[in-house]
Amino acid sequence: MNDWVSLVLFFIAATVGYRLISDVPSLLHTPLMSGMNALSGVTVSGALIATAFAVGTGSQFFGAVAIVLATINVVGGFLVTDRMLKMFKQGRL
Amino acid sequence: MSAISYKIIELVCVLGIVSGIRLMNSPKTARTGNLLGAACMLIAIITIMISDEIFSLNILRISLVLGAVIGCLLAVYVTMTRIPQLVALLNGSGGAASAIVAFVVLTDSSAAISGIAKFTGAIALVVGSVTFGGSLVAVAKLDGKISPLPVVLRGHFILNLLTLIGTVILIPLVTISSSNAATMLSVLLIVISLIFGILFSIRVGGADMPIAISLLNSLSGIAAATVGLATSNLLVVAVGAIVGSAGIVLTQIMCRAMNSRILDVLTGKTALSTATQMALSSVGQDSSPQTSRSTPTAENISAVLNKATAIIGAAKKIIIVPGYGMALAQAQVQVKQLLAILEAKGKQVKFAIHPVAGRMPGHMNVLLAEVEVPYDKLYPMEAINPEFKETDVALVVGANDVVNPAARTAEGTPIYGMPVLSVDEADYVIICNKDTCPGYAGVNNPLYLPRQNTIVLLGDAAETLSILLEKL
Repeated sequence: MNDWVSLVLFFIAATVGYRLISDVPSLLHTPLMSGMNALSGVTVSGALIATAFAVGTGSQFFGAVAIVLATINVVGGFLVTDRMLKMFKQGRL
Repeated sequence: MSAISYKIIELVCVLGIVSGIRLMNSPKTARTGNLLGAACMLIAIITIMISDEIFSLNILRISLVLGAVIGCLLAVYVTMTRIPQLVALLNGSGGAASAIVAFVVLTDSSAAISGIAKFTGAIALVVGSVTFGGSLVAVAKLDGKISPLPVVLRGHFILNLLTLIGTVILIPLVTISSSNAATMLSVLLIVISLIFGILFSIRVGGADMPIAISLLNSLSGIAAATVGLATSNLLVVAVGAIVGSAGIVLTQIMCRAMNSRILDVLTGKTALSTATQMALSSVGQDSSPQTSRSTPTAENISAVLNKATAIIGAAKKIIIVPGYGMALAQAQVQVKQLLAILEAKGKQVKFAIHPVAGRMPGHMNVLLAEVEVPYDKLYPMEAINPEFKETDVALVVGANDVVNPAARTAEGTPIYGMPVLSVDEADYVIICNKDTCPGYAGVNNPLYLPRQNTIVLLGDAAETLSILLEKL
């Protein structure tokens, strides 16, 4: 049951994402990509749960590595996107 | 709070992230959109830690802080020129994180997961590892650590096929195997996928890099989404899927801008064999008279500069075409000064941005925004191309492939059929490039041949522009 809900959600999100991203002007494609870097770090939520409930020491270690990597994406991605977007200014104010 | 209310919070976060992306459709609202996305992500992570009662675990806290510190340092210290490397690196770390989570879920004895979950977990393992392997090569190529030229190994196709077959056999095996065997098989699957990723990326030529980065961006999202499927984590499924389709949109746009099909890039058809490349360069040499290669004397250079200054001084309408060479020479500052001077003299100045100028989608816009060139002066190719006809001067700063008229005529080259900026239609073309060598795509540019209305100012673009600025 849960698997099917996930699968349906996957396709809905992919479709909605496709429509939204198509509207982003080429002017902002670089910040868009770094923003997507940040979002791909969402896997951190899976990493947190997997690490917390892992039994083996090895699993815990690997889980911790995954948390570090995913958090780099989330924090680094959002920050660098903000840094870039801050710079975009209009000519005539 | 009940499990349902946590789910509702997660759903609201997803909707918040979606609205954030919606706000990215205009530079006026994009920053708010990004902040909204970040806030929603933070809330979602905290919610998950509270709902699963894992907030107090030190291993999680330490890892989160460590990741946050490294992320901050990367974001604060990266220069805008090196943004493509950072994005490629983050593609890789996102992919690696997803692959590792899938590995833990598949192999740890605590996890009692369904067959479907194991299957999607194995796919996440593959996609994540491919993304990681491919991205590391992309970073090395972008950073100049290894040659940007496509590397085609002996039996590249066979190797690819073998890794593909290995993957297809191993995924179901991992799905049905018991815990102990699963560990061995998963490690094998990771190794094979890493090799596949590396094989894919080393064959991508420099000119196709924007396509490769976009594709790896998409894969990092798909890796995350499949991890979400394996762990029944709806937040990860939804957000991962959005990233996946975003990367696909960008990949399509890049492919269209270069007139190459994604399949050609994947199978390395766009990678030139050395034989054709050599044949092409000799053709280029034949048609260029030796006189154009004569060593310029100091007098010569200053005469050419004076001519360029006179032409720019007389022009009313000027289009500046920046390329990656501008970034390498750090000539953005001079470009901005030039803009100020020309506008003060009452000239109309616009910027023409080719979709694949630079090493990733939209790179030029960021570099120019950094030096405070207003974004309403930056025009995408389709909007500006008809204007070159009535333009007095097209000033090319460090761009080569994207203005190469050979793209219209030179059949069989990697850039053939690629839409280019029609600088050759302007009354005069002034080119500030380092040398007359072929660009990243390795195709000679006929603009360098001596023509009445083309002036080539060789050397460091920043220095050349500084001299022009003084003379104007």
